[in-house]
Amino acid sequence: MNFRAVRAIYLFEMARTWRTLLQSIVSPVVSTSLYFVVFGTAIGSRIDHVEGVSYGTFIVPGLVMLSVLTQSIANASFGIYFPKFVGTIYEILSAPISYFEIVLGYVGAAATKSIILGLIILATAGLFVPLHIHHPIWMLSFLVLTAITFSLFGFIIGIWADGFEKLQMIPMLVVTPLTFLGGSFYSVNMLPQGWRTVALLNPVVYLISGFRWSFFEIADVSVGLSIFMISTFLAICMFMIWWIFRTGYRLKN
Amino acid sequence: MSSIISVSNLSKTYGSGFKALKNINLDIRRGEIFALLGPNGAGKTTLISIICGIANPSEGKVTVGGEDIQTSYRKARSLIGLVPQELHTDAFESVWATVSFSRGLFGKPKNPAHIEKVLKDLSLWDKKDNKILTLSGGMKRRVMIAKALSHEPQILFLDEPTAGVDVELRKGMWEVVRGLQQAGVTIILTTHYIEEAEEMADRIGVINKGEIVLVEDKATLMQKLGRKRLTLHLQNRISSLPESLSPYKLELCDSGATLVYDYDTKGERTGITSLLSDLRNAGIRFNDLDTTQSSLEDIFVDLVRTS
Repeated sequence: MNFRAVRAIYLFEMARTWRTLLQSIVSPVVSTSLYFVVFGTAIGSRIDHVEGVSYGTFIVPGLVMLSVLTQSIANASFGIYFPKFVGTIYEILSAPISYFEIVLGYVGAAATKSIILGLIILATAGLFVPLHIHHPIWMLSFLVLTAITFSLFGFIIGIWADGFEKLQMIPMLVVTPLTFLGGSFYSVNMLPQGWRTVALLNPVVYLISGFRWSFFEIADVSVGLSIFMISTFLAICMFMIWWIFRTGYRLKN
Repeated sequence: MSSIISVSNLSKTYGSGFKALKNINLDIRRGEIFALLGPNGAGKTTLISIICGIANPSEGKVTVGGEDIQTSYRKARSLIGLVPQELHTDAFESVWATVSFSRGLFGKPKNPAHIEKVLKDLSLWDKKDNKILTLSGGMKRRVMIAKALSHEPQILFLDEPTAGVDVELRKGMWEVVRGLQQAGVTIILTTHYIEEAEEMADRIGVINKGEIVLVEDKATLMQKLGRKRLTLHLQNRISSLPESLSPYKLELCDSGATLVYDYDTKGERTGITSLLSDLRNAGIRFNDLDTTQSSLEDIFVDLVRTS
């Protein structure tokens, strides 16, 4: 195991985060704060409690997840796409490191970044609404697991993308809608029966539901199912990355 | 001399069906400077990319320091430093950070003294805290060489190292390369500047259309294929050559002011003595003469044309 290489990639990526602090930390915090002002305080004050929780508090887990998902994908996809784009990838490919170590460095940094971001947003939310987390350990576990899974997913997008447009396409056209429709701002139980069934096809529902359960002990689907779904998605991403490196897809051909 | 890189039956076919390399066999000797020459698209960069692990081979086997580049890639790659042709740099990083990053990537423990030495050797020391995007093209090129040397490789690949580098810097870079060779580093360089190969290389390989056309010691190659040219500057212009001189296949240039005679140094007789006496008999006098050795460039052009 070439730990020094993993460390070098990890620190390189983290350094990029600090260099682009405005874009990577400040901007998501500002936009999430706006959600709290609009949905939590302005509109939320006129909405009843949802399953016993005030609306402003209810949307906190969903908003944290929204940021963690999109930022994980953005960080990891950009992290690997950029060296491909400017050509510095040659050095990574010619270095004595395994694929696993490459992924560990890039995905580790992307996940770290979005976990930090998630926690900052959580702290920011605490300034707007009262928060009580029932299962902090579970909350952290869901956060970490989601960050890793979607950073892996972002890494795949970064490898697949051969232009900036493609890099934006999946996050814009797939992830954002799935997250908004995944129950960030409502409980799936509030939907009519037909739409509820459709909603259950959305993997993000399971993430948000499980995460919300760790806060309020209320969930749209069982916690076990949530964990199962995240793990399945994680396994799929890992398999795809294994395949990418085995075949050299978009990297070595 | 033992070989440090051994390429056998190597082929590469791209997804598009293009055969970039066809059954390449090549051995690089430990400690030599090997120049790989070839026209654009001949397969130079593809060959280097495969040896360094950037591209997958379609067929064949490569060992570096006795280690297979696929089954024992960690050991093989840690011996190699690569300076690619294009200037791929992290624009926003400092020189120091990017060179240190390369060392870490190759699994070597931190060694600021070594990095300092590399930067000083390449005249980059006073730029160490500059962001790369503020550097000139020649400096960026040297940063890439510094990155490749950061992890103390035994083999250095220089893919077109002096493309777009001014004459003075080029000479400076040659000095660096010679210094590395003296330190025991094996150097493989590709170049478009034939004078560079002529100046630097111990051996020369020529690749064309994905095939190795020739591998030879530079001196042998120059001797084997080298032709010499004798130029005679005449006292008085002549309009045509007398019949008695026709066996020499002379060329009358500069509107009759110079005579050019090509001869082969490996032939038993060069024919110079008899030419000079025949000239005197024909009453043709000259006031100066010079001879030139055909350059590697001429040899190269000939080879590529005929292969």
